[in-house]
This record gives sequence, C-alpha cells and structure tokens, in this order.
Amino acid sequence: MLRQIEGSRAVAETVARCRPEVVCAYPISPQTHIIEALGELVKSGALAPCEFLNVESEFAAMSVAIGASAAGARAFTATASQGLLFMMEAVYNASGLGLPIVMTLANRAVGAPINIWNDHSDAMAARDAGWVQLFAETIQEAADLHVQAFRLAEELSVPVMVCMDGFILTHATELVDLPSQEAVDAFLPPYEPRQVLDPDEPYSIGAMVGPEAFEEVRYLAHARQLSALGRIPELAEEFAEAFGRDSGGLVHPYRSADAEVVVVALGSVLGTIKDVVDAHREAGHRIGALGITAFRPFPGDAVRNALADAQRVVVVEKAFSVGFGGVLSTDVAMALSGLPVSLSTVVAGLGGRPITKTSLQSVFEAALRGEAERLTFLDLKTELVERELERMALRRRSGPTAENVLRDIGTVRSGVG
Amino acid sequence: MTAADLLALAAFTDGRRAQSFPSFGSERTGAPVVAYCRLAEREIRTREPVVAPDCVVVIDPTLVHQVDLFSGLDGDGYVLVNSSRSLQTLGLGSLAEHFRPERLLTVGATDVARRQLGRPLPNAALLGGFAALTAQVTLAAVSAAIRARFGRDSALAERNVAAASEVFQQACLALTADGRAVLSAPAD
Repeated sequence: MLRQIEGSRAVAETVARCRPEVVCAYPISPQTHIIEALGELVKSGALAPCEFLNVESEFAAMSVAIGASAAGARAFTATASQGLLFMMEAVYNASGLGLPIVMTLANRAVGAPINIWNDHSDAMAARDAGWVQLFAETIQEAADLHVQAFRLAEELSVPVMVCMDGFILTHATELVDLPSQEAVDAFLPPYEPRQVLDPDEPYSIGAMVGPEAFEEVRYLAHARQLSALGRIPELAEEFAEAFGRDSGGLVHPYRSADAEVVVVALGSVLGTIKDVVDAHREAGHRIGALGITAFRPFPGDAVRNALADAQRVVVVEKAFSVGFGGVLSTDVAMALSGLPVSLSTVVAGLGGRPITKTSLQSVFEAALRGEAERLTFLDLKTELVERELERMALRRRSGPTAENVLRDIGTVRSGVG
Repeated sequence: MTAADLLALAAFTDGRRAQSFPSFGSERTGAPVVAYCRLAEREIRTREPVVAPDCVVVIDPTLVHQVDLFSGLDGDGYVLVNSSRSLQTLGLGSLAEHFRPERLLTVGATDVARRQLGRPLPNAALLGGFAALTAQVTLAAVSAAIRARFGRDSALAERNVAAASEVFQQACLALTADGRAVLSAPAD
C-alpha cells in the first residue's frame, strides 16, 4: 500500500511483517522511532507472538538477541553510533556463532566530540565484525532490505545489519509502498535454525576453540559471507518478481555505461549524486554513479565490472580512517587493482554536515577536468582548522579542540539554521 | 516538524510526490528547529537541505530577528509568518522591497489554535494559511492529512481541522482585503 510515511515507521511496520519473535533494544537517537513503533505494535497485539524486551544497555540488547536466536527465535534489534560500539563484543559473538540476527543501524557519527547526526563512522567501525552490511538509498529500500535481510540471514546463518542514514532517512517522510503481510509471508518462510538450544536434545553453542581449529572456523565464516555475494542478487531478483520493484542487490550503476567519471557512494547521498549526475549529463558530460548496496561482503567483481571502463573514479564517503583516508575507497581500489583507473576520495557529510549539490558539482567538475585530488574533505572550513593549529603551536595549554573551534565559530549551538 | 510532515502528507493526498525532513537541533520541545518539505510531480531524490525555498513558513515569530530566515528565497517566493501582527509591526516591513507583496502574509494561527484546541499549537492550523497563500495544496488535503495524523484522537483531529479551516478563511480574507487574487486557492 502506498503511504507517505516516516522512514522509522516504514521500517518498523516492515520488520513487524517479518514476524520477529523477539525484539530487544536500548533507545538511542536516531534509532528511537523504530523501536518505539515496534513497541507499540507489540503492545497493541498487532505484532504477535513477539516478546519486546526493554534492556539496560546495547550490550544487553545484542546479548538478548543472541540468546533468543540461539533458542530458535527470529530476533531483531536496532541501534546507532555509540550504541553499536557499546555492544561490539556481542556483535562479534553474534556473527562468530553464526546467529541470523537482523539489526537496523540508523547511521550516526561516533564521538568524541559527541554528535547525534548522520555519517557512516558507526557502520565502518563494525566493518570487520562478520556481519553482512547492506546500505539503503531510500526509505523504500530501507524497508525492503529488511525483508531480504531476514531471508538472507536465516538461509546462511549470518547476522545482517541494514544501514540507513540517521535522520536523513529515519526521520524523513516520503512515498513508500509497504510490503503486505501476505507478500512478506510468501517471501520469508518461518525460521528454521541450523543450530538451536533445545532441552530435549541438549548441546552447547559457543565452544572455546584453540589454535588447532580457530582458523578453520573463521575461514568457514568467510566462506559463508562470500556465498552471500551469490545469494544477495538472487534474492533481490526474487524480491523484484514478488514485489515489483528493485531493492537490494550488490551494486546499482546509474548512467555509468559510457561514463569517463563514475562517482561511488553508499546510502542516501546517492539520490543527491544522481541529481547532480543528471545535470552534468544534460551539459553533455560523460559522468555516472555507482551505488554500493552490499558493503560486506564486498562485491569486488561487481564493482570492478561496473567501473572497468571509467577513466576516473570518485568515491564520496561519509567516514574515514583517521591517519589514512577513505575506507570504502580502499575496497574500491582493491577491486580496481591493475586497471588504468585513477581514484580519488571525497570525505563528506561528517557529523551531519549537509552534502549539497553545489559542492558535489564542483567536485565532479574537477574530476571531469582530471584535476581531482587524491583525498579531499568536502567543504572543509580551513580557516577554522588553521586557527586551532596556530593556537596549538603558540602554547602548550591550548585547551580542548572541540570547545576552541566552537568558540571560533562564535556560538555553541546544535546545528539549527 | 509536524507541519512539514503534515504538508507532505497533504501533498500525497493530492496525488503529488513529497519529502519532509527535519534539521535537528537540541531534542527538546520548544527548541528552535528547521524542517523542510519538497513537493514535486515526480520522485524526489536529493537529500540536501532546502537551500533555495519557494516558501518560508515562520511558526515562531520570535526567531525572525535571530536567524536569517529568508536567505535563499528568490523574488517570487512566498513568506507566511505566524503572527496576528503585521509584517511592519514585526519589523519585517522591508520584506516588501525584496519580495512580491501579494506573496507575503501574516496569520494569527497561534490565537486560532489556542481558541480551537485550548493550547498554543499552531502547526496544523498554519497549513490552512499555506494552502490559501500558495495553492500548493488544497484545504481538503490539509484536513485529510490532519485526520490521518491524529486518527487515534478524532476529537483532536477535528479541532485541528477547524483551526486550519479558520486560518484558511482568515488568510483568504486578508488576501482579498489587500486586493490580492485568491481565486487560485480553492477550498477543495
């Protein structure tokens, strides 16, 4: 049914139609509305049978999800930012144990400095945690990815994280075709666990594994993730047949077939990028985009195929590895190794800084002229940076950087205006 | 935020595409907040904040001299300020030099809301003024959006619909009294 609906609500209602039996979470912006809505649906009886657990922390949320999943229940949770980091030990355990938990990550920056707004630092911090990571471009895709996520997770016994941009998607409203209960039931069979804690047939899950077999167990986890590379596009195709729209898959090329310059990105910024690509195309420039939906496992071959004919690739990413540079671009560079393609990284949208068409346009123009730098920070206020560097050079007790920079701006406020 | 969401919902009711989203500041009731709404005939893909609005709706008139609310608004833009005072009284008389006077309007939506709802919550009511001023959505669609949003409390929904209708009528009158064309703002 077509509705004008908030992203969080759309995800909550879609998750409810996936019939989770346990939902456990600790509230954190910008995930809160998803969990509130699911709580309402459980309380009203619309989502039944389902146990909704208020837990005392994110660590507990993931621990409860692990317990529920090991006992054979379909388990769901959601978090963001510091919440993900706080549960990180359990995040690794969920994947190490092969438990098909689905988690929404409402992408938010990681402190310090504390910041509630969107970027991808949280998802990147969990990049190597053994979870499948899918990135949604729109609210529609965020909703749809959850249906595919439960199916993928349970088929392969791997946990899946659906990443959606905090606020930009969670708190926006747009037109969404919510999957119906009947259609979801037809797509997603009841959970049949590969391993289950059963008092009638007792065994343990979570053995200590020494050097004699640790590598093999980890290798098998890797092999399972790699098998998702085959399964993700198949599920997206099946989803398209059942629901009549393209959601999910590994990558989404956009006007890139004959492009000299291709812009690569994850998540909702692709919408803005596509608008800018269209404007350049109208001006006769050969530019396109490549959206990466599956970030883990990384679809190296699909990325390589999609970018093989490009001359220059620009990776726009909402996170970076301090002291190194792009995270996504490292993977893209690996995928392109041996090809005569030049790669540049644009770090953008950190801590919720708006990524505007005007700024993207100048970046793309530079790339079209062949003048893109290897690593740039979009709209970096260099004068602020220089003032703090000067202060630090001038005296030892220069004080806390965040407070100094805010004082230079002239107002300690939180993003309005 | 409620106003932007309701406006998007109203446009959806009218069969258009819409996108609404907030720019969050401090998460507490009463804190200044900017919310955006785009209306279009086709899919809206961009996620950047609205930098060049066609209309600025000021819900809290105490902010007009604290932030530059009208930057990016072009000469054909609309301004709707929630106040029972005139633009001159609010110190915004100079707006008429930059924008078309027939596209500038103040309406006392808070007064109407206080009367209709017993509380100073002007968001829904103000959309009646937006419908009258811009004709981008119909009053019927605004009413349908309010009913959909407050569906669980139909009495509250009806009071908000009444408030929006009253502000719509007030706005139409004000626009007519000034000799402005209101024929473009049908009630349904």
